[in-house]
Amino acid sequence: MIRVQNLVRTFGDFTAVNNISFDVAEGEIFAFLGPNGAGKSTTIKMLTTLLRPTSGTITLNGLDPNVKQREARQSFGIVFQDPSLDQEQTAYENMDLHGVLYHVPRKVRVQRIESLLKIFELWDRKDAMVKTFSGGMKRRLEIARGFLHTPKILFLDEPTLGLDPQSRNQLWTHVKSINETEKTTVFLTTHYMDEADRVAHRIAIMDHGAIVATGTSAELKEQTNTDSLEAAFLALTGSTLRDEGADAKQGLRQMAQMFGRR
Amino acid sequence: MGAIYILWLRELKRYTRSRVQVVVSLGQPILYLLAFGAGFSPVFRQAGLGSYLQFIAPGIIGMTVLFSSIFNGIAMLWDRQFGFLKETLVAPVSRLEIMIGRTLGGATVAMIQGTLVLIISMLFGFRPHSWAVLPVAFFFVFLVAMVFSALGTAIGSVIKDMQGFQLVMNFMVMPIYFLSGALYPLANLGKVMTVITRLDPLTYGVDGLRGSLISVWHFNPALDATVLAGVACCFLALGAYLFSRIEV
Repeated sequence: MIRVQNLVRTFGDFTAVNNISFDVAEGEIFAFLGPNGAGKSTTIKMLTTLLRPTSGTITLNGLDPNVKQREARQSFGIVFQDPSLDQEQTAYENMDLHGVLYHVPRKVRVQRIESLLKIFELWDRKDAMVKTFSGGMKRRLEIARGFLHTPKILFLDEPTLGLDPQSRNQLWTHVKSINETEKTTVFLTTHYMDEADRVAHRIAIMDHGAIVATGTSAELKEQTNTDSLEAAFLALTGSTLRDEGADAKQGLRQMAQMFGRR
Repeated sequence: MGAIYILWLRELKRYTRSRVQVVVSLGQPILYLLAFGAGFSPVFRQAGLGSYLQFIAPGIIGMTVLFSSIFNGIAMLWDRQFGFLKETLVAPVSRLEIMIGRTLGGATVAMIQGTLVLIISMLFGFRPHSWAVLPVAFFFVFLVAMVFSALGTAIGSVIKDMQGFQLVMNFMVMPIYFLSGALYPLANLGKVMTVITRLDPLTYGVDGLRGSLISVWHFNPALDATVLAGVACCFLALGAYLFSRIEV
């Protein structure tokens, strides 16, 4: 369903994604893990037509998203890392607007909005303004919206960031059940190892722009000789912090680049 | 088509739902009508130019349409901040459709605002010279709304924060308004001012409105309409280009 070969993306002389390749099968839930700045979001942006790769090929549902952009967009749904709802409209209107933008015929739209809002337990709040929703409800609405046009693939970029355990738990239950009933391929990123462990069929771990390991949770644990996914993750990516520049010279160089480009 | 319609509808809904904003945005024109219309009336009359209220009401309508149009374009800033812009930009519709839907929505809202101000100015005592001219006046309101909604979209595609918004208000919107002949007659201005006012697209909008409503023309209807339509096309092209270059 998703095939990525030798994908590279550079910004100036910084390589965000360095020659990665992977395959995701139809109906699979595939988790993409990695520390901050590993290149996960850049990869998702390239997969979802928001960023052009420097080199390498991407195939989504048999389509190259950079050539058949519209068809590719029609075939996937995306839930961004940060919210993308219209706060000033109701939950129903947000769904309806999405349905129109994705060419879902009126009749199907009405039915599907109802069933999805019911699945995600938002039906009784369908006429409330989104700005009155809690973080968890907004997230659920976004995911329900992502499923509305029956995409072949759903991208979830850190969908559970900032949610309480109840909401996270419930959210994954819904995603899993739709993955099973509609055979939607799910591509997700998260920082919560327990989620990836529980939800994902297969996991890829990315670090410094490259994929360092791929496999099921069990395989990764076995490979690193650890007993939890978190331990395996740390064994593969090391335990140094990423955001606060690993060494000062690197940080200065990045700053210089930023100013140079402006 | 569906995309254009739903985005147009969204702009309209946002407008009708924010009642506070409607009231606030009508406050300014009322202040102008009251302060200038009543305040400058004696001087204007002594100069032998008739009623100042009659004179500036079309200008105030032009101002309202200008402000409202540009604001709607700049509201894209909020869509950018709250992320909704991204939702539309990854949808399987062309950027041009999105841009047209938003711009038409903004223009419609601006026309409603202009109509409200026309009604309010009538409450203050403004009278068009004949009721039959209202369609012509609406045509000019439409042209002005298109010109500045397109400009608003273009600006909204470029600015990314509130500082940019201030910059646009102070160095673009206010000059367009004050240098348009909305507040004073264009006859007998100095050379520099004549050139500047003629470069301002709102000048032609205000002239079209004033001409149709109280039958006082500085140029003529054909020239006004042609200039406005031409500028609207340029701004639409510019808006479409800048909108297509937005990166998320």
